[in-house]
Amino acid sequence: MDITEAPKKQDKGKKKRTKKPKKGSADPQENGAGSAVEKTEAEKVDGSPGDAAFPPTFSVSEIKNKQRRHLMFMKFKQEKRKQKMQLKKKKKKEREALGDKAPPKEVPKTIENQRVYDETMVDPEDEEVAFDEGTDEFSAYFNRLTNPKVLITTSDRPRGRTVRFCEQLATVVPDSHVYYRRGLALKRVIPQCVARGFTYLMVINEDRKVPNGMVLCHLPDGPTAHFKISSVRLRKELKRRGKDPTEHSPEVILNNFGTRLGHSIGRLFAALFPHDPHFVGRQVATFHNQRDFIFFRYHRYIFKNEKRVGIQELGPRFTLKLRSLQKGTFDSKFGEYEWVLKRHEMDACRRKFHL
Amino acid sequence: MADKSRICSVWLGSETGILKGVSLARKQAFNFCHMSSLSRDQEVRTLCWADPAESELLLGAVDGTVKTFSTEKGVFTETRRCGDPAEGGFTGLAVTESALVTCVESGKLRVWKEESSSHVAEVDAGKSVCRMTQNPAYRQKVATGGKENGLKIWNLERPEQPVFAAKNLRNDWLDLRQPEWVRDMAFIPGSDKVVTCTSHHQVRVYDPSSPQRRPVLEVQYEEYPLTALSLPAAGHSVVVGNTRGQIAMLDLRRGAVCGCLKGLAGGVRALQCHPARPLVASCGLDRFLRIHSLDDRTLLHKVYLKSRLNCLLLSSRLDQEEEGGAGQEGEVQEVKEEEDEVWDAMERVEEGKPKRKTTEEEEEGVQKKSKKKRKKGQE
Repeated sequence: MDITEAPKKQDKGKKKRTKKPKKGSADPQENGAGSAVEKTEAEKVDGSPGDAAFPPTFSVSEIKNKQRRHLMFMKFKQEKRKQKMQLKKKKKKEREALGDKAPPKEVPKTIENQRVYDETMVDPEDEEVAFDEGTDEFSAYFNRLTNPKVLITTSDRPRGRTVRFCEQLATVVPDSHVYYRRGLALKRVIPQCVARGFTYLMVINEDRKVPNGMVLCHLPDGPTAHFKISSVRLRKELKRRGKDPTEHSPEVILNNFGTRLGHSIGRLFAALFPHDPHFVGRQVATFHNQRDFIFFRYHRYIFKNEKRVGIQELGPRFTLKLRSLQKGTFDSKFGEYEWVLKRHEMDACRRKFHL
Repeated sequence: MADKSRICSVWLGSETGILKGVSLARKQAFNFCHMSSLSRDQEVRTLCWADPAESELLLGAVDGTVKTFSTEKGVFTETRRCGDPAEGGFTGLAVTESALVTCVESGKLRVWKEESSSHVAEVDAGKSVCRMTQNPAYRQKVATGGKENGLKIWNLERPEQPVFAAKNLRNDWLDLRQPEWVRDMAFIPGSDKVVTCTSHHQVRVYDPSSPQRRPVLEVQYEEYPLTALSLPAAGHSVVVGNTRGQIAMLDLRRGAVCGCLKGLAGGVRALQCHPARPLVASCGLDRFLRIHSLDDRTLLHKVYLKSRLNCLLLSSRLDQEEEGGAGQEGEVQEVKEEEDEVWDAMERVEEGKPKRKTTEEEEEGVQKKSKKKRKKGQE
């Protein structure tokens, strides 16, 4: 204890020394110790007033007094900011001075920029992938043999928000029907849906009166995707929204579904909506994938002139995250999974995304 | 094409009907197919070697055709129609000295002779068969198993009755029949035993030489159906994979999990362990071929192959590639030997005595300490 105390005292003294010339006011608290330090203070002031350097092994976190530590930290930050501004000004001057010969501006690093190279990114000219997609479970829809018909239901005994969410979803997706679940098993519901010509089964799972999961099952024998829903905003919670959506089929925008898995999910969403959008209705549904989160928005647009568009947000807004994609219709016990989110293995790297 | 097929060390069959060959040394994958005539009917269900020299591969497709592919020439040489697409896809292909054995999902096990379009012998192995495996030691013995269809071992020379038919476990505590669904099986070399894995996440070992027809050992792993099984070179363990992409090594002596292999994101469709080295190759619905090392459970190779993969075969060329690597290691060892000679030539300076003294002192010290401890204990 004795050994360590002395350097600390010295440090505090030094700090006071550097403080005093800057602040120019004596601390009333330190008057007692100040007298002992004053002698050395004079030496230090003579020594190097411009040298605001602390001893090399010192760091701001070693100061025990919170107020003083905070002050020192603020000072440190201000210094840093000042240096940064000076550097920026210098660079700007150089750039202006060079004019045309200036090197190109550096692109800042973002997580999307730094994304780990994914070998499953689909090459548009790849024949094998094109064949795989051309003959997969959605081929019936994409070859215009079937029209989508969606059954929307929830987990058993849904409460307010989920019910309203389902109703709003039903207005967004054309040719969709909401049914009350009545505690039926999905495996029994599915053959009945197939018999009645449905192409999609959408089950919204509810937890504590809030929708939190979605199972989207493509019907004849298609893949089943399980998503986590977050950030649901119903229509009345949206600001500056337009009037309710009409019966026209919307256009669909799918952004950023690049990998093979992303392609499958993108096709899954695309097959929810009818082939030919009614451009008269000027409505558009967007599924935007960023960092493995899929953002759903529903807008109405109007072209003011050739270059400017005005948009109004209509319908509900929610975010989806894929948890698993299972081959075949819903069968959690014996189904084979094509992709499963394994958090500890897959979420370890912040720059690696799967969609 | 021929040179490509000659360097491939792993062969895989995919759902799009493409036969893929992967060369691990060169880290390249090749497709062997006719791009213009691809169709989902040609989905490859099983692969097996046509001869021990591994010069020809047999592919079983969903529509009932068996194609022969020559690895020397790199082309498909023959196609045979060995069944009806209505009966389901192939669940097993095996080759005996003079005949081809096929098994389909509806349970029909057929033996086909060369150059004849109809089968020589037929066995009805139950209503549904998920897998048929051949005993590598006795090529006439095959095992079959399926949904609600227990393990049956057949001798093809006497196809009327199975040699061994497993019995289901006793009814459970509610007196209900235990469900069974055998997905894959393997013969343990060096004995008569058979290991099976089921869709009810059980791994069972049966011993035909013992009087009991019920399983000798049962191990459960996780809660998802186990779809693939393989026996590593070092005995007493088994590698299983399930529909969630979890691969684990189970110890059959203790009946416990040794370790898990990580990396797969989709269901495992096929697993194969290398016959000599501790490697396991896995492929599945996530469109990747992965090769893990069994002793330290690291991922050695990962190859993206754009279609879902159904089955795989390791070729002995894998050994040769590894030997190439080992040759380099041999050179390193030679260099080391030269260094050893240099060191041997130098004089030896003995420092043994002081070391011995210190060790003796340490021993005495330890004894004193222990004596002290004993004294304290007595007190």
